[in-house]
Amino acid sequence: MSIRLTTGGRLIDRAHPVEFTFNGAPLHGFAGDTLASALIGAGQTMVGRSFKYHRPRGHVASGAEEPNALVGLGEGARFEPNQRTTTTELFEGLKAVSQNHWPSLNFDIGAINARLWRFFPAGFYYKTFLRPRAFWKWVYEPIIRQSAGLGKAPHPESRDADRYEQLYAFCDVLVAGGGIAGLQAARQAADAGQRVILCEQAAHWGGRAVVDGASIEGQPADSWVAATLAHLHGLPHVTVLNRTMVAGVHDHGYALAYQRVADHQPGADAPRHRLWRVRAGQIVNAAGAIERPISFAGNDVPGVMLASAVRDYLVNWAVSPGRRVVVVTNNDDAYRTALALHEAGVTVPAVIDARPQATGPLPARVRALGIRIAEGTAIRHVIGGKGVTGVALCRFDSDGGAVAETLDCDAVAMSGGWSPVVHLWSHCGGKLIWDEARAMFRPDANRPPLGADGQGFVRCVGAANGDLDDQDQAAMLPVWMMPARADYLLRAKMWLDPQNDVKVSDIQLAAQEGYASVEHAKRYTTLGMATDQGKLSNINGLAILSDALGQPIPQTGTTTFRPPYTPISLGAIAGEARGEVFQPLRKTPVYDWHAANGAHWEPVGLWRRPYCYPKDGESHAHAVSREVTAVRGRVGVLDASTLGKLLVRGPDAGRFLDMLYTNVMSTLPVGKCRYGLMCNENGFLSDDGVVARLSEDSWLCHTTSGGADRIHGWMEDWLQCEWWDWKVHVVNLTEQFAQIAVVGPKARQVLEKLGGMDVSRQALPFMDWREGRLGGFDARVFRISFSGELSYEIAVPASQGQAFWDAVLAAGAGFGITPYGTEALHVLRAEKGFIMIGDETDGTVIPQDLGLSWAVSKKKPDFLGKRGMERSAMVSADRWQLVGLETLDGSVLLDGALAPLPGKTPNGQQATQGRVTSTYFSPTLGKGIAMALVHRGPQRMGEVIELQGENGARVKARITDACFYDKAGEKQNV
Amino acid sequence: MSEPVSALMGARALGLIDLADAGLAGMVTLRGDLSSPLLAEALLAQTGCAVPDRRRVTTGVRGKLVWMSPDELLVLVDYTRADAVAAALNTALAGGFFTAANVSDARAMLTLTGPQARDMLAKLCPVDFADFAVGQVRRTRLAQVAAALWREDQDRWTLVCFRSVAGYVWGVLDTVSRPGGEVGLYR
Repeated sequence: MSIRLTTGGRLIDRAHPVEFTFNGAPLHGFAGDTLASALIGAGQTMVGRSFKYHRPRGHVASGAEEPNALVGLGEGARFEPNQRTTTTELFEGLKAVSQNHWPSLNFDIGAINARLWRFFPAGFYYKTFLRPRAFWKWVYEPIIRQSAGLGKAPHPESRDADRYEQLYAFCDVLVAGGGIAGLQAARQAADAGQRVILCEQAAHWGGRAVVDGASIEGQPADSWVAATLAHLHGLPHVTVLNRTMVAGVHDHGYALAYQRVADHQPGADAPRHRLWRVRAGQIVNAAGAIERPISFAGNDVPGVMLASAVRDYLVNWAVSPGRRVVVVTNNDDAYRTALALHEAGVTVPAVIDARPQATGPLPARVRALGIRIAEGTAIRHVIGGKGVTGVALCRFDSDGGAVAETLDCDAVAMSGGWSPVVHLWSHCGGKLIWDEARAMFRPDANRPPLGADGQGFVRCVGAANGDLDDQDQAAMLPVWMMPARADYLLRAKMWLDPQNDVKVSDIQLAAQEGYASVEHAKRYTTLGMATDQGKLSNINGLAILSDALGQPIPQTGTTTFRPPYTPISLGAIAGEARGEVFQPLRKTPVYDWHAANGAHWEPVGLWRRPYCYPKDGESHAHAVSREVTAVRGRVGVLDASTLGKLLVRGPDAGRFLDMLYTNVMSTLPVGKCRYGLMCNENGFLSDDGVVARLSEDSWLCHTTSGGADRIHGWMEDWLQCEWWDWKVHVVNLTEQFAQIAVVGPKARQVLEKLGGMDVSRQALPFMDWREGRLGGFDARVFRISFSGELSYEIAVPASQGQAFWDAVLAAGAGFGITPYGTEALHVLRAEKGFIMIGDETDGTVIPQDLGLSWAVSKKKPDFLGKRGMERSAMVSADRWQLVGLETLDGSVLLDGALAPLPGKTPNGQQATQGRVTSTYFSPTLGKGIAMALVHRGPQRMGEVIELQGENGARVKARITDACFYDKAGEKQNV
Repeated sequence: MSEPVSALMGARALGLIDLADAGLAGMVTLRGDLSSPLLAEALLAQTGCAVPDRRRVTTGVRGKLVWMSPDELLVLVDYTRADAVAAALNTALAGGFFTAANVSDARAMLTLTGPQARDMLAKLCPVDFADFAVGQVRRTRLAQVAAALWREDQDRWTLVCFRSVAGYVWGVLDTVSRPGGEVGLYR
């Protein structure tokens, strides 16, 4: 059982005990503990269960590489699954629950899987859930979903209680890692005057050196670290960040750094995480190295830990995985652990060394302390289930057939050598070379990730570069399996990936089944696919794969290193974008009035427009009918401010508009309006709207509400890229004006009540505009109609939009003026057969399909889309074209309903002859009306066709003219 | 005629910075050849400002000129003068290829004041503020929308965005400058 030592612990403050709970049981640690050290110190050896076999799991590591010790942390709105205890700083009141077991950590039904291990080989899912096909969705998937997965997702109705943010930062040098190499690199760059950002993922600095008591530049490591940090903190051009992990390196020196601002003080009034989005001239990877486990049977039993992690726990937090700890190694470095254990008063029954002889200075010191060193020896298997009780030894160079002896112990410290943390080097394509002597991949300085200038922009230093502190040490012996020729039963108990339960035997089986590529073998066996992304398992796994394939390790290569280095929170990725500011909400000047008057909203692009204004208890459908009826019978008022308003001005503006619109705009007289269509080069309709000629050299182009920015960009594209010598300016005036439509038979009376301008038929005829003072406002009044009624659209400065709206309502009160929303607008235009971009058009519709040939110039030599709409398929008589539909029973057709025909298309799909593009209940006509694109539609007037109805029913409708109301257009022209 | 109102209606928030609606400002977009002596003369007459260099702001007795792009300036004057200034510029530059338009109502203007203003802006704008001098301007992205910002003096910044998203811009700035969000990047 693991213990807290009575003395030591450089990071803990014994004067400040910290209470926390694990699975509801009250425990305590000290300020400065991680949750891992606190659990170990409290004797909690077992902290979870594995993914597939539900095997008991304990801590293996002391840092970000930990594969096992994942817990659910917090509760309610702050609950988060899969949190690593090793990187969780202990805080008062912390609540952690273990994962992946039922009903309890100690007694788990799923552990039966472990007894059935023979039936769960590599590729189990692929092999088992193959057929019958019908079982995929209803049988296999639910079973797999139930039993797979690690922690529980937070409750779907809970909302993260914390806030998050991002930060853009720039520097000459970004240093990832606050160990000695990182601090040195930061100091060197800073002293040369470069802007530096230095990041350390942990709360404390110095990396391994401060734990192992190294000496740096003649000083003890910890005092050197303190002095260097103080120096860096004093420099104005240096930013020093702890609790900040450089998560990923991307093209052009872009890096993401994940700062855990307030994880250690939940509930603090601070952003929990901050994502730094850094542009760096140079990135220095000083992320250190990770120790490798050794593959021996039972290496997953709680209490088997990395040798370096054992030292970390002893020195930093004064906890030990046991009272009797066996060390097993293939190198000299692990002897430091034996020394540290001995110094802390923990018994070391033996150091098991796979090498025939252990001769370096560190083994000599261990020997001198009287600790037994068993050379040429292997751990055959670990004895114990939920914790280590002993180890059985055998000759390393054997198949493990004979147990030489057993040793009593309650923990094992293992070291299989070191792997540089090359992730940040590799994210953007830095290449690796195989270091034969140390059996590790290290960065190949000749093949760095390249920036825009063709030069490398990442540099590795220290252990991350493979520069291990091993000058005085004897050579290590690559050990990928222990004993060297272990039989199958032993290999089937040697864990490579303890989180995903991948064993040596699984990789060998994958190789045997033909998975020669390391990427394929990874996916087939799930090696390295767990939340730790194989930080401990990958090298061991690919060594086993190489051996099985009979090829050298560099030939097998590594899997791809992808960001982030360890998981980062979704909150940090979202940043401030949540709640009210999740997305920009565009508001017209009258927005607050709409809100105060009960508008039911409709999103239109990023705008929010009133769909209708339901009165107390009124349904939306009823409100829409009331609004339509008011417009047709009296007068309505609409906030049309979202309409795009592009000023096009310059000597070539007329010529430019003649190219953009299908009809002629250059001949439009000043003071007049003209409806126009815009197509893309293919001839497909892209936008429409009314253009007003403001002066000799300026036009105001109205676009659809959703199209304003797009059409502005479209115009600039043509002006900047194609017709760059044309003298045309485009200024987006969309938001300069509030535009209010006053619509209906009494519209003129309302405007006359406002007064100030002659709005008579003679002074301001249909399709004219005038500028003047209306009701005391500077106004531009357009006589245009999207409803078929007498209609004025009045543009006033946006800052007076609300005041003008109020004035219109006041002036219209005596005439029964009714505010109406977008749905009434739609019904009104559909009754008139006016098209709506996005309803009648879908990117495949040309103006001729919609009966708009009259708006396509026959005379102009060219315009955008002209040649497109002359292609054979566009001029074919077989196109679907716009008609009206009236159901025989007066019902409302379904939106988008198809008109099916008997038989199948050549593609084997149901044959059709048309589809509904707009469909409404018309309050004016008292029945359903629709617009539709129908095969040869305009030639089939009066014909009855069938359309899809609810639940497979068919609805009969008669083909009619698309205009249902006032075909002669008399009402709008009064 | 009724009193015009700004989109943010004089809002103010005191977090890590002093965030305030700058109220209505006269803004005229001027497009054309910025090296034209005719343009310089017309602008001097209307604002008292010299034409700014790239990414600079100039100040005169009756306004400011903000460089927006190689062929665009923003002319800042009193709100009530904007229409007249636009008309005067169009008249003075008639015959050449220039366009002046009043965009005062299409925009919202905010001021950010305090030593932490750069840190708060850096949370939303991909801009290096380290060598961002007083009198310099950047058109950039602020979270999800377009913005222009310039440095009035050491600790005071002006920001211009579209009117319709003024509430959003206010919301994100207010969010990131809540106490507890100190960064210490720019010192």
